[in-house]
Amino acid sequence: MKSLYSRRLLVNRFNLAMSMMTMAFGLFFLLWILYTLFAAGFQAFSIALFTQMTPPPGSKGGLLNAVMGSLLMATMGTLIGTPIGIFAGIYLAEYGNRGWLAPVTRFINDILLSAPSIVIGLFIYEIYVFQVGHFSAWAGSLALALIVIPVVVRTTENMLRLVPDSLREAAVALGTPQWKMILMVTLKAVRAGVITGILLAIARISGETAPLLFTALNNQFWTTNLNAPMSNLPVVIFQFAMSPYSDWQELAWAGALFITLTVLVLNIVARLFFRQTAAK
Amino acid sequence: MARLADDYAEGDVHTPVMQIIASTIPVTIELLPRTASAVTSRMPKPKQRSTQFQDALFRWFTRSFAFLVLAILLGIIVSLIYGSLPAMQKFGFGFLVNAEWNPVTEKFGALVPIVGTLVTSFIALLIGVPVSFGIALFLTEMSPLWLKRPLGTAIELLAAIPSIIYGMWGLFVLAPLFADYLQPWLIATLGAVPLLGAMFKGPPQGIGVLTAGFVLAIMVIPFIASVMRDVFEIVPPVLKESAYGIGCTTWEVVRNVVLPYTKVGVIGGIMLGLGRALGETMAVTFLIGNAHRLTASILAPGNSIASALANEFTEAVGDLYTSALIELGLILFVITFIVLGLAKLLLLQLARGEGRKT
Repeated sequence: MKSLYSRRLLVNRFNLAMSMMTMAFGLFFLLWILYTLFAAGFQAFSIALFTQMTPPPGSKGGLLNAVMGSLLMATMGTLIGTPIGIFAGIYLAEYGNRGWLAPVTRFINDILLSAPSIVIGLFIYEIYVFQVGHFSAWAGSLALALIVIPVVVRTTENMLRLVPDSLREAAVALGTPQWKMILMVTLKAVRAGVITGILLAIARISGETAPLLFTALNNQFWTTNLNAPMSNLPVVIFQFAMSPYSDWQELAWAGALFITLTVLVLNIVARLFFRQTAAK
Repeated sequence: MARLADDYAEGDVHTPVMQIIASTIPVTIELLPRTASAVTSRMPKPKQRSTQFQDALFRWFTRSFAFLVLAILLGIIVSLIYGSLPAMQKFGFGFLVNAEWNPVTEKFGALVPIVGTLVTSFIALLIGVPVSFGIALFLTEMSPLWLKRPLGTAIELLAAIPSIIYGMWGLFVLAPLFADYLQPWLIATLGAVPLLGAMFKGPPQGIGVLTAGFVLAIMVIPFIASVMRDVFEIVPPVLKESAYGIGCTTWEVVRNVVLPYTKVGVIGGIMLGLGRALGETMAVTFLIGNAHRLTASILAPGNSIASALANEFTEAVGDLYTSALIELGLILFVITFIVLGLAKLLLLQLARGEGRKT
């Protein structure tokens, strides 16, 4: 009896210890990656990074054109994708209780949410780049928009479902038309949640490389022409990191540090923002 | 009769006016009571009608965006099939089992990338699933309340780090360590075992299938762990408390109560992680070595579908080469679609059961 009990305790202790180890394993890699980024990227991190263009190998330079290109394409992608995502999310949450369309859309949207982003790049290449005959920032923005849409649809629907029906009934009882009720009452009530979703979507697309490889391509020079290939941070990092030149690799590390910090800060801000406004 | 005819003739001048008056009378008669009742008892009808119209318009407006989401998926499938038609016609089903990949002679087969994708994802799950389970267990059963949220967020932040960063870190930091320490050790120990040894042959190069799979494991941990944590949370406390009440240890509660209850959701979470691992591009591109060779050794460089696309697509010359790459993309999309679809169905099944059982 005693031995059975002690064996059970031993098994329990062992497994719980293993569980703690796995937690430590996960945290260890998070910290290790961040440490590597800081150690390798910090020395190349300077003001020149944001004032000078990407250099040819062997000379000094920065990442200004890449940073601006990324910013521009992420902005365009968000501007295109967000309204589509919000309205589709509204349909799913407010009208999605009957009919076949809503469950099917929900299912497909969840699959698109995790679909390989490189396939999205292929799709845009097929329908846009190949048709017009050249790579362009518009194509890159479209590819990013396709990644934004499922994220925003999901969060918008989830948030709208949290709104109590009594709020809707109160608005309708005052004679509010349904569309006004949705836009002015329910959507407004979950504004914080929807913004959180948009921030998470921006965080997701700022680090995406694969869909930009065959759409925006890359550009060594400064351009704001959305109809031409445009430099962008992830593809520049990819190119520079794979190159044999040490100053290119250094710039890649600096860019990697910058992009990771941006993404992590966006994530944390989104969470804090949501928690604070949800607590009110 | 003549008089009558005259009357008509005379009245000809007046008939239009009369007709107009006559035709307006019924309308006004119809209108009058309506406006009257509206003024006395109801909201004005025209406004209500326009509201109804606006509502219907808005409904159709949002509905069209839901259709758009479906259209995107259909568009992806159709465009990929269209793009891969030349390769399909040339190679047929042999494409799937042919290991040759030669742009010069224009002979293409998808076997090497397909095997590479499956093997790296399998390694990722082999490492990632037990670790994710441990993390979910820690977060739901062991962690003090004040640590739950920061630790959970930290694990979720692992998912936020862009894939290209994992690739760089893997290439510059992890791969040299693997080449210097882990791989020589694997070759010396497991490499000597008969049968199994074939998997651990070859020079320790650092980059290769094993390294790519290991980094993939770290990348899928947050996805699997957060699904597992969420499904562990829905186990009714009464069930767990009654098990604790008859003297079960924490492990026994998890093993005999929590896991059976959430089995479906756990499998769904694993499938979700698998879907992520299959389509992961940049990290694998950095680490797998991009060699179109089929070997049994997981230390050797290989290729995956996504990394083949990332490396070769912009440099592909000729319609057949491009088309073969697009067909690779189609295969990848179909595989991930099935895996993710199954994951979603399993998780839905759990969610439905939740309402019934509790």
